[in-house]
Amino acid sequence: MSDTTAWLVVWPVAVPLIGAALAIALWTRPQAQSAIGMIAIALQFVSGLALLAHVWANGPVAMAMGGWPAPFGIAFAADTLGAGLTVVASAVAMGILVYGLGDTDVEHRRAGVIPLLLALMMGVAGAFLTADVFNLYVWFEVTLISSFGLMVLGGRREQLDGAVKYAFLNLLATTLLLIAIALLYGMTGTLSMADLSGKVAALPADAPIETVALLFLVALGMKAALFPLHFWLPAAYHTPLPTVSAIFAALLTKIGVYSLMRVFMIVFPDTADIAREAMIWTAVATMIVGALGALAETDIRRVISFTVVSGVGVMIGGLAIGTELALLGTTFYVIHSIVVSAALFMAAGMVARAGGGTRIADLAGLYKGAPFLAVAFLISGLSLAGVPPLAGFWPKVYLVQAGLAAGEYAIVAGVLVSGFLTLMLMGRVFAIVFWRAAPEDAPQTGSDGGMVLKGALGAMAALTFLIGIYSAPVAELSGRAAAELLAPDAYIEAVLAGPPQTAATTPGTPEVQP
Amino acid sequence: METILAVLVGLLFAISVYLLLSGSLIRLILGVFVLGNATHLLIFVSGRLTRESPPLIESGLKVAEAGIANPLPQALILTAIVISFSLFAFLLVLSYRAYQSLDTIDTDDMRVAEPHAETLPMRGRDV
Repeated sequence: MSDTTAWLVVWPVAVPLIGAALAIALWTRPQAQSAIGMIAIALQFVSGLALLAHVWANGPVAMAMGGWPAPFGIAFAADTLGAGLTVVASAVAMGILVYGLGDTDVEHRRAGVIPLLLALMMGVAGAFLTADVFNLYVWFEVTLISSFGLMVLGGRREQLDGAVKYAFLNLLATTLLLIAIALLYGMTGTLSMADLSGKVAALPADAPIETVALLFLVALGMKAALFPLHFWLPAAYHTPLPTVSAIFAALLTKIGVYSLMRVFMIVFPDTADIAREAMIWTAVATMIVGALGALAETDIRRVISFTVVSGVGVMIGGLAIGTELALLGTTFYVIHSIVVSAALFMAAGMVARAGGGTRIADLAGLYKGAPFLAVAFLISGLSLAGVPPLAGFWPKVYLVQAGLAAGEYAIVAGVLVSGFLTLMLMGRVFAIVFWRAAPEDAPQTGSDGGMVLKGALGAMAALTFLIGIYSAPVAELSGRAAAELLAPDAYIEAVLAGPPQTAATTPGTPEVQP
Repeated sequence: METILAVLVGLLFAISVYLLLSGSLIRLILGVFVLGNATHLLIFVSGRLTRESPPLIESGLKVAEAGIANPLPQALILTAIVISFSLFAFLLVLSYRAYQSLDTIDTDDMRVAEPHAETLPMRGRDV
């Protein structure tokens, strides 16, 4: 029985891997690839739900790969945070894939978008579910290499330009992560996060824990696009296909944020004060710089790229406060941000179709021809700004409450000011692009893309609305995740105990006991 | 031995930082390459160096006796080498394609995706 439940942890990673392999095998048949892509993501969603249900009922669950007992083997483990984010990520990926099938032509799909997308989803789920820091690095590289492929798909000039910056800076970030992991391993002799938790706390006082923690903050902060390491994101996210932008904005920065939460709450829970202090100020700077950057942009997709940066600041702000309420807010914001970033980039892709470009000054009067798109964009934009009753409102309430309770007024001010700037910004974009009358001699605008695109965007906008008016389940999930992060004993115990030894069923397994 | 390798790692990091701060794509590629190798060497050193005692567990024992070489860093480095090699290959191809398409290897001239803003963003009252 325990064996089958432990397998639940593996399926969200294994299913997209199998799907990607099948899709590559059917390289010349784009239609079959599309079907495999849909089925694989749907199965990933279902297996994620099963995992979440199990974790919800029984607490964290772990799986030791190959039966090697922890802390020697590589373990996968799911708590509410990891399982919950896996579910949200695959649900949103499903919407993005539907959008992609409506948006990309067969030529693009022939170039391998489905296998790359499935590999990306495998990497994302792997990063959410691994319990080993070196394995985390490997999942980062998996997402990185598949995102490189997606980034350059189509090979237009600006894509190559964006991809150069994206590739070099992200590769640098993952290499920094590897350096941090190597130094941590040199001090503690272990790579299992659960084992590290105790061993880091037991290190002598003169051990350079602060240095390693700061290196983790720099490396993962660069992946999460934290100021002043965010420059790769607005340089690249507006260049690929709208589908690709949507999935990047929804998921890639979030695995950086998730890893920061995991590393700082489990590996360095009580140490690393300097890194925490640095986190507070970089978080505030990220919120403000992101919002101001968006205000200064003239291209709608670049505006949205900068709002992604601003959102990262809000999430890291909650982590820097570090109380239960703040972590609840951060988790809720991650979920909200996954949905709304995808929705905004989908909407921007449809704006480009309907208005013939992405330069804000060239767009006008789209409300007339595309009212559905206008309303969906407005809902997503207001949700991003944190207007009640939409989903973006609640995490900001929790974060402001937590900031006031903890006396972190800089973060409270950052959340409120960046929310206000975002509202201004979204209002301006909406007024110019959708609301103002198109000039008489304006060229005839195209269609906004048909039912498939509308359905996918509508689903995302409806999701952010529903989470807003019925926030209790998400708040409860986030609350449980926050409590588990603050008291990770059950997670650590699940990893270190591992599943009942599989040595009985696999005679070849060495009987090494921890 | 550890000291010598540590100094070498530091030297390689210094070289790679110098190369990575350059604006030329070729130097950036070399910088990434040197950085990767410096990191591999760092993993090797942080696993402690033990000479001439292979990581073998004698039959009958469940845990190795003290004093054998640490096999884990080698597994980690092997993984990291494979990954960094494939990414390095991708970077080479990407840089060459970017050179063909953008006609420059100077990153300061790569402004297609981020053109210098010629106008201020439109204000709401311009509507």
